[in-house]
Amino acid sequence: MLRLNDISKTFYPGTVNASLALDGLTLHIKKGDFVSIIGANGAGKSTLFNAICGSFYLDRGQVLLDGRDITMLPEHRRAHQIGRLFQDPMRGTAPDMSIEENLALAAGLGGWLSHVSAHDRKAFRDRLALLDMGLEDRMSQPVGLLSGGQRQALTLLMATYQTPKLLLLDEHTAALDPGTAEKVLNLTKDIVEKNDLTCLMITHNMQSALDLGNRTLMMDRGKVIYDVSGEERAKLTVSDLTEKFHERSGRALNNDRMLLG
Amino acid sequence: MDKILTLGQTALELGLVNSLTVLALFLSYSMLNVCDLSTDGCFTLGSAVGAIVAIAGHPWLSLPAAMLAGALSGFVTATLQTRMGVQSLLAGIVVNTGLYSVNMAITGNKPTLTMNKTPTVFVFAKDLLKGTPLQGQQTLLVLLIAVALAIVFLRLFLRTKLGLAIRATGSNADMVRSSSIDPTFTTTVGLCLSNMLTALSGCLMAQQQKSYDINKGSGMLTVALASLLIGGVIFNKDKRMTLRLIGTVIGAFLFRLVYTLALRFNMPAFMLKAVSSVIVIIALSGSYFKDQIPFLMKRLGLRGKGGTSNAQAQ
Repeated sequence: MLRLNDISKTFYPGTVNASLALDGLTLHIKKGDFVSIIGANGAGKSTLFNAICGSFYLDRGQVLLDGRDITMLPEHRRAHQIGRLFQDPMRGTAPDMSIEENLALAAGLGGWLSHVSAHDRKAFRDRLALLDMGLEDRMSQPVGLLSGGQRQALTLLMATYQTPKLLLLDEHTAALDPGTAEKVLNLTKDIVEKNDLTCLMITHNMQSALDLGNRTLMMDRGKVIYDVSGEERAKLTVSDLTEKFHERSGRALNNDRMLLG
Repeated sequence: MDKILTLGQTALELGLVNSLTVLALFLSYSMLNVCDLSTDGCFTLGSAVGAIVAIAGHPWLSLPAAMLAGALSGFVTATLQTRMGVQSLLAGIVVNTGLYSVNMAITGNKPTLTMNKTPTVFVFAKDLLKGTPLQGQQTLLVLLIAVALAIVFLRLFLRTKLGLAIRATGSNADMVRSSSIDPTFTTTVGLCLSNMLTALSGCLMAQQQKSYDINKGSGMLTVALASLLIGGVIFNKDKRMTLRLIGTVIGAFLFRLVYTLALRFNMPAFMLKAVSSVIVIIALSGSYFKDQIPFLMKRLGLRGKGGTSNAQAQ
């Protein structure tokens, strides 16, 4: 499904700020996998997502999606196969435009000169109703008026409107209050299950890293240092994970956010 | 009474001609969030092409010719900022400077052209209206039709997928990319269309005033921006798109009306640009100061309190 072959990326090469963000990382994700990714700040988790999405070009290595080499494909041409959510709820939607207009762009219906038909509007309403946030009655309101949680739920809907091959979640509930975060996380689970999506989720919450999905990756210094699934993963606890981190990286895991929860 | 009517009509005609540039800025500045500093040069470009083609005996052809020239200019500005790494503002300035030479070349190194005996679209309309109740109103009529067409076009266009993508580019370019649309493309289309309208505006103004000069467009960006911001005050953001579009035209009219009135009260004509600058400054910094007022009040309030407590102590 998704295959990363020995990918590397150095930022600011040849300067004192040079940093090796991805260090010969190789990874194979099977169709239908739900993978949680953990790691300290600066481990290269978001950089990994950026590499998959094409926010920059790699120094070395290949990205293959469904057998197709997308390494040199620009970001917007990968986008209809890859849905992505960021930690910042503001990044996924256009605040000055209405909910309907945002959805129309995400749905990608019709040609350049087509506009939203009554039929499309009905489809948008039905999808919005699934979020159970009352957004279906506010379709003509600008997205900028919505709360962070509502915007993130809308972004989730937009990212999965045309079923993507891959869904990337970059701590997408971290900026929300606990109640809303749980709601958005449940929505995510529903949508992923219903569409049988392949999904990668970065999280700082070790417990939910173990609770959600069927595989967990631990990253450090641009590499995957621990990759666990199946029975071994089922037996793991949060303290096992911290121990594993210490064992594999040779450092203590000194990140409060990761230990919390 | 007649005098007031004439004044109103002059303001209306000038406002309508300008409103095409204001609509262009509505597209580039308000929708695409690009401040297109090539507006002045592009306006003159439209005037130059319009004048030359009309003088050559093709008044109708002059309109699409000017629009095409404008679109080309917009294409260059857009290419510089999206594909060649030139900053957005700088791209506009560079194109604006370059257009001076282009405009001189178009008019054969003549800084001014007169079109007193040239058949323009207005002359054509005048002949057409002869004997009808609208006789003598050709300027107003031609401009009204042009502006109405531009508004209808923009209203329909901004509802299309491409129009939505252009609006989204100005609002959140990341989101456009994740919708599988290339912001480079939407910026290019947006600037081409906007410069097309600017050039049409210049073309119609040259023909209406029966004269062209190389400085025709100088200061036009600020004048149009002032009108746009006045229009924005009348119909603010949350309102419907049609109203916002009409608001820009009303803004252009009001700006010209105030200016025409000021001229009547013996304000020298050269003050036009200072007035438009001041309006833009007030409109832009007004909202800034509105946010600052609570802080200022607080600071003043604290100092005031301090003063009274001192007084009490004494």
